[in-house]
Amino acid sequence: MADMKVAAYICKGCGLGERLDADALVKVAQKDGKVPMAKTHDFLCSTDGVAMIRNDIANEGVTHIMIGACSRRAKTEAFYFPENAVARANLREGVIWIRPDTEEARETTQEMAEDYIRMGCAEIKAMAAPAGNPNTGSSKTLLVVGGGVTGMTTAIEASKTGYPVVLVEKTGELGGMAGKLYKRIPVHEPYKSPADTGVADLVSQVMADSNIKVYLNATVAKTDGAPGRFVVDIATESGATHTEDIGAIVQASGFTLYDMNKLPELGGGQSPNVVDQLGLEALAKAAAAGDGVIRRPSDNQPVKSVVFVQCAGQRDPSGTHLAYCSGYCCNASIKQAMYFKDANPSVDTTIIYTDLRTPGNGEDFYRSAQEKGVIFTKGRVGQVVPSGNTSTVKFHDLILDDKDAAVADVDLVVLATGQVPNSGVDIFAAPKEAVEGEVEVKPISILNLNYRQGSDVPQLKQGFTDSHFICFPYETRRTGIYTAGPVRRPMDIAQAREDATGAALKAIQALENAELGRAAHPRSGDLSFPKVRLEGCTQCKRCTVECPFGAIDEDEKRFPVFNESRCRRCGTCMGACPVRVISFENYSVNTVGAQVKAVDIPDEFSEKPRILILACENDAYPALDMAGMNHNEYSAFVRIIPIRCLGSVNTIWVTDALNAGYDGVMMMGCKSGDEYQCHFVKGSELGRVRMSKIDDTLKTLNLESQRVRDLEVAITDIERVPEMINKYVEELVAIGPSPFKGF
Amino acid sequence: MAKHEYAFYPGCSSQKGASASNYLTSVESMCKTLDVKLTEIPDWNCCGASIGYAEAGELPRHVMNARNFALSEQHMPGKEIVATCAACWLGARETRERLTHSDTLMADTKEALKEAGLTINEMPEIRHMVEVLIEDIGFDEMKKHVKKPLEGVKIAGYVGCQTNRPFGVAGESFENPMYLDMMVDMVGATPIPEYDMKVTCCGGALAFSEPEKAQAQIKDIIESAYDHGAEMIVTPCPLCQANVEIYQGQINKTYGTKFNIPVMYYSQLMVVAYGGSAKDAALNGQLIRARRLEEIAAK
Amino acid sequence: MSANTAMAEKYRNSFLKEIEEQVEMGDWVKMCMQCGVCSGSCPTNFQSAWEHPPQELFMMIRAGKREEVLTTSSMWNCTSCYNCIVRCPRKLPITHIMHGIAEYAHRLGLAPKMQPTRFFSGLFWKNATQTGRVNELKLSMGLYFRNGFSAGVKEGMKMKDVALGLMKAKRLNPFEILGGHKCRDQKGIQAMLKKAYEIERSRKAAKMAG
Repeated sequence: MADMKVAAYICKGCGLGERLDADALVKVAQKDGKVPMAKTHDFLCSTDGVAMIRNDIANEGVTHIMIGACSRRAKTEAFYFPENAVARANLREGVIWIRPDTEEARETTQEMAEDYIRMGCAEIKAMAAPAGNPNTGSSKTLLVVGGGVTGMTTAIEASKTGYPVVLVEKTGELGGMAGKLYKRIPVHEPYKSPADTGVADLVSQVMADSNIKVYLNATVAKTDGAPGRFVVDIATESGATHTEDIGAIVQASGFTLYDMNKLPELGGGQSPNVVDQLGLEALAKAAAAGDGVIRRPSDNQPVKSVVFVQCAGQRDPSGTHLAYCSGYCCNASIKQAMYFKDANPSVDTTIIYTDLRTPGNGEDFYRSAQEKGVIFTKGRVGQVVPSGNTSTVKFHDLILDDKDAAVADVDLVVLATGQVPNSGVDIFAAPKEAVEGEVEVKPISILNLNYRQGSDVPQLKQGFTDSHFICFPYETRRTGIYTAGPVRRPMDIAQAREDATGAALKAIQALENAELGRAAHPRSGDLSFPKVRLEGCTQCKRCTVECPFGAIDEDEKRFPVFNESRCRRCGTCMGACPVRVISFENYSVNTVGAQVKAVDIPDEFSEKPRILILACENDAYPALDMAGMNHNEYSAFVRIIPIRCLGSVNTIWVTDALNAGYDGVMMMGCKSGDEYQCHFVKGSELGRVRMSKIDDTLKTLNLESQRVRDLEVAITDIERVPEMINKYVEELVAIGPSPFKGF
Repeated sequence: MAKHEYAFYPGCSSQKGASASNYLTSVESMCKTLDVKLTEIPDWNCCGASIGYAEAGELPRHVMNARNFALSEQHMPGKEIVATCAACWLGARETRERLTHSDTLMADTKEALKEAGLTINEMPEIRHMVEVLIEDIGFDEMKKHVKKPLEGVKIAGYVGCQTNRPFGVAGESFENPMYLDMMVDMVGATPIPEYDMKVTCCGGALAFSEPEKAQAQIKDIIESAYDHGAEMIVTPCPLCQANVEIYQGQINKTYGTKFNIPVMYYSQLMVVAYGGSAKDAALNGQLIRARRLEEIAAK
Repeated sequence: MSANTAMAEKYRNSFLKEIEEQVEMGDWVKMCMQCGVCSGSCPTNFQSAWEHPPQELFMMIRAGKREEVLTTSSMWNCTSCYNCIVRCPRKLPITHIMHGIAEYAHRLGLAPKMQPTRFFSGLFWKNATQTGRVNELKLSMGLYFRNGFSAGVKEGMKMKDVALGLMKAKRLNPFEILGGHKCRDQKGIQAMLKKAYEIERSRKAAKMAG
């Protein structure tokens, strides 16, 4: 830091020069900001303006740049100085565009701009240009766990892109669930009949590819390291262990059918003539190998009547069985009914459903089945009663409201039981209390991660591993490890193949980023990473426990060990640290704290309250910028500081602000909880948990609870956010100025 | 030679002394003004209507319509057939579609027609009179002949079912066809495009067999017209006209309403607007007299 | 053996198949996807006139409820408004199927005897085909007098005002009772229809024979 030289540049373009007193801003930068080298420019992002800055860097030795112009989200290419620390004071979207262009508003608008210049100058001095992660790995090999359709497709796609692949399959052959199918749901015009599974073709492609190394009868015994430098032990049946250097991982561990033995009322496990969908595939395969006639397991007689029971053990509101719809089973039953109808139209095939869900071109497939004479009955099956070689299917006919409807003399009943993901160990599950006499079946870990937070990727809902289905599919909360296929959410072959391709690309990005020391999304390309002052650390473990991405391990002495390439740079560790020893070069307790303190707080008689807004840069800050673009006005009394995530908010900022005489603090973060929108999955939730304790602080300061406000903001809240700000300002005006002013 | 010539299929209800004879009278006057020549298909027969279904069966029904096609072809080869009645148009058009799409049905039909000494070589186009007006003549041309705009008369356009579904007039929606409102506008009267019963069923043949069910629907149709400030209702369909007009007294008795709203054909509005007399427009054929139109016609 | 018994025996296993082969447009029944738009679009179903609205009838056919379907008065409530046809997302010609099922029930003698629309429908067809054209007066009289003379007078009296109004407006001619409008080639029409019925019967018999 010895050679730090700061310069401040104030732009007069985009109306800034007309609306604001730029010379006064320069004086503020020089006097309050203590940046003697402060200049204005008529059009700072122009070639000429940028050249001026470059010239100062080259010839004046400027290292730190404070730009007072537009939002930090705008003109990022023009203001790109990778060797320098850069701070941006948002005078355009954050000031002139959200204020009325009137004479009476001029004073407060100018005050707002001056504060942002003070804040920018304070921030830049607390920053350093990120130097990048020196601790990078460089393995370009992709590990694919699972040799089903998803895994094979991932391997083939990655290999085609030029990346070597190690594929681990726990059974003795490739193919997975799809390999057990007789045929698949059609994916091409005219979507009328079952199609070849395509598994044989995928297997031969994998086997013929010298860039793909296949381990059969193998499991992952241990996964150590981080993106770019994973070290993976692969245990094979023979007992030998092979160690591979891996750059990124795709987990395609697939699904298991929900156990029909848990459905005795539907005949599950009660008769050989009641099968699940896989059971029927086996019968169809056996038939195809023989005379083409599907036979009843109990006595090998040809099946003349078959009933398909949809949603068997699925969409169960009672909590006993699966709560969700697996999405593919309606089409699968239609396909299986066609196995019968295509071979012999006189076989009675009835599909009993509550809602027939045939997404995509499944509608054509459904229609084709109707044309072939498959009977569709809307009803809820209550009981399947096997007796001898046949069964009676009792159901509630939902169209005719006949509670005692039944199909008798059914040769074969097929239960559509749905997909249960093979997710490995649920690392967040509360330890089960041992029940006497009950043998506890421990879930088997898939990845055996040697991570502080547990051996597998975290599960989101119902055991599926998806982490951010809206913005970042395939993403898990373990950087560089992606999940694809039915382990992520229930799906069919077509969707699994699309998933596999997407996950392969994400994994490739991850390992390339790791080599360059850059962050993965949402801070793609960020070179900063958390630095810890270990001499101040109290080994409290909050950072290692809270890190949403399990990036931090612990050494023998319980000190945190940062694995930078697992880190997403959200700053949750920084927000969690009670002794504030964790920081980023360009984002720290100081960079924000200095801004909080730089604001000029008018005294209690001025009737000019000051409200600090800490706005998440992922949703809230863009929403505020867009409010500016739409000229949705909001109060001139707020001072907004963008933060990486609500999770990075250290309570010291809030207490500092209240002590400094701010009248209120508003925190804007993404939605947390089950339907979270947080880009760091758990960041906003952790931030909110932390802030829920702020009430105690307020009490000790003898302040009203309204002085701190938590607001969930989505990126679409362009009109709502200004309204909420204005409402909050009114509320604070009503309770009167903070008693801490002027101290 | 007239500008437009067609083979004409008037249908049973349009005959002299039948329920829609006023429709025919006004259509004839209207066509004279627009230079449209309609030549009646000699010895045409009933279309079978949709209500004949209990006995008609499929083939006999189509054979009835096919006989008209054959006669039209025999006497006026190449001419399009125009019907004024919604049911006639629908029945004939349906037969045309079915015969065109089924060789078996076509062969069977020809075999039956042979018994009457007839045959079909080419399928005729089947048009409704409103199609002729909208598509062949056009609103601009129709408007040119308006001499006495029906200024200030607020008219609910009641399209009904069979001119609208399942075939309808090209370019119109089934749920909210606009052409009748445009015709009302064309004659200088005030349309009510938001009239929400414009495609509600009048009960059709159930007006005969189960009058209480049909009248419940007719009541809604009239009530909504009143609610929208209509002075009269206009329709392109003979059964709609009859059902909505003639049962108003009975509905009043059943529901305690005071309905007394004239129900007109579009052709009657046009004849009056074109300067025709009350007689030309067959205004004397109304059970509920359209006084406003009579006044305009008398001017 | 009655026509009904013969059919019931022939199609013992599948009422759906019976409908597909014997009813006009019956092969569409299997394509219904049970959305219920038809039932929600039917004007007389709004008056709860249908014991089983179309969607339900389709389901009953698939469920093999032969007796209930063929004896119900439901489809006789169809007003031929064609709303169900234009709204059906699966493009089922529902109006025609309703007419078809009704016709079949009538053909087998299972349709409710006292159903007024069934009666009127038959009367209409006879009236129209007898001379080739409808005689509105005879049609109305036939309807009113279906239950004998005194009931007819009573029903006719109810319609007295309507009739007088129509006569005054020259839209009902009392002399129609004596003959009225008719086609010239009635003989040809009769021969043609006779042939049509013959062909249709033989086609359906052939289907039944498989």
